[in-house]
Amino acid sequence: MIVRVALPAHLRTIARVSGEVELEVAGGCTIAGVLDALEARFPALRGTIRDHGTRERRPFIRFFVCAEDWSHHAPDSELPEPVRAGREPFLVIGAIAGG
Amino acid sequence: MAKRVRVLVGTKKGAFLIDSDAQRRDWKITGPLFGGWEIYHLTGSSADPNRLYASQSSGWFGQMIQRSDDGGETWNPVGNEFSYLGATGTHQWYDGKPHPWEFKRVWHLEPSHSDPDTVYAGVEDAAIFKTVDGGKSWAELPGLRQHGSGDRWQPGAGGMCLHTILIDPVDPQRLYVAISAAGAFRSVDGGATWTPINQGLRSQYIPDPTADVGHCVHRIALHPSRPQTLFMQKHWDVMRSDNGGDTWREVSGNLPTDFGFPIQIHAHEPETIYVVPILSDSLHYPPDGKLRVYRSRTGGEEWEALTNGLPQQDCYVNILREAMAGDQLDACGIYFGTTGGQVYASADAGDHWMAIATNLPPVLSVEVQTLG
Repeated sequence: MIVRVALPAHLRTIARVSGEVELEVAGGCTIAGVLDALEARFPALRGTIRDHGTRERRPFIRFFVCAEDWSHHAPDSELPEPVRAGREPFLVIGAIAGG
Repeated sequence: MAKRVRVLVGTKKGAFLIDSDAQRRDWKITGPLFGGWEIYHLTGSSADPNRLYASQSSGWFGQMIQRSDDGGETWNPVGNEFSYLGATGTHQWYDGKPHPWEFKRVWHLEPSHSDPDTVYAGVEDAAIFKTVDGGKSWAELPGLRQHGSGDRWQPGAGGMCLHTILIDPVDPQRLYVAISAAGAFRSVDGGATWTPINQGLRSQYIPDPTADVGHCVHRIALHPSRPQTLFMQKHWDVMRSDNGGDTWREVSGNLPTDFGFPIQIHAHEPETIYVVPILSDSLHYPPDGKLRVYRSRTGGEEWEALTNGLPQQDCYVNILREAMAGDQLDACGIYFGTTGGQVYASADAGDHWMAIATNLPPVLSVEVQTLG
């Protein structure tokens, strides 16, 4: 299935894309599955969203899905139908913080 | 080919390249590169001056390493995985309790003198890594972190960072590093094993002022013609060693204050050194609101203030440890950047200064390449 992913500006620069990314996600359409597909297509993003070793979400990264905060959902949580169907994007957000 | 200089500036919000010919009067600023990211260090390979490396980091997105093969025209991200090898272990936290080592960022990149693909990286929490494939992969040299005193290291106010790496130009197996707040360390086997070299340092802010580790060393420097002589700007005190770090003696002499961060050596005069005195560790600005570089032509002890072209009133900036460098031209140039976003250059070894950038973000690092 094709999943739309919206990245924050700095990660779009690293990935060298200008808008949303469309990813072919094989297997289960979970948070981890989408991130695996994202990192496979854009290796430079490895380590920027989740830790290399623990695979945990970096503290100032958030995941928004269908107007809900999915940041604390388990990585193997299946994403809802509108994301699986490509009607809604999976949003990777840089938290409001810092200066 | 006519000689020219390229000043590599890392700031809190991106990197800048500042170029001039050998006259060093007219300057062109290029940037920001990696806008919005902290560039703790941006440096070039002496073996291939077109090979540049940048440490790019962010509280949101972590660590990136960028590499250019064309003198900064284009850049590509390379490997950014810095995983400690073996048992992670603990160091002391601010409250004195054990705290596990956690990678935070790369403070310093030190390319080999002979191979542009070989680079050492100094990181926070303090450790040294090495790449031999141009940054694609990084491996820790764990002998430093595990040599025996690591559980007593503590972070300084800026974090527990390995911020200085020196490669002996005669014997590249001989390495020196400095860590805040652990001290200076030496390896004679290419980084496999390490020894603390802090004998002679006195630090009143630790329980045993002459302990073998625990000193907040801010910077060390060596001149390629005399690799046994090391100069150090400690948290307080300017020090020198003439036996490769076995022992140190204080050479603060007549400095108005011996607190500061960078220390720099003249390219052609190994006894001519530069520091920027800062009032104190709780007042990170120059004494009397005057930005003064101090130069010693005697390897320390006797210092003269260099003020021509530098602000001499109402100046309250700091100069960070990585933010001073020199070029290799016959009339040696000295450069430094400030937390106020100015970069100053002197084309005559410090006698006269000019601002070559005035409104950059706070400057974290300055390096200079002499090209042509």
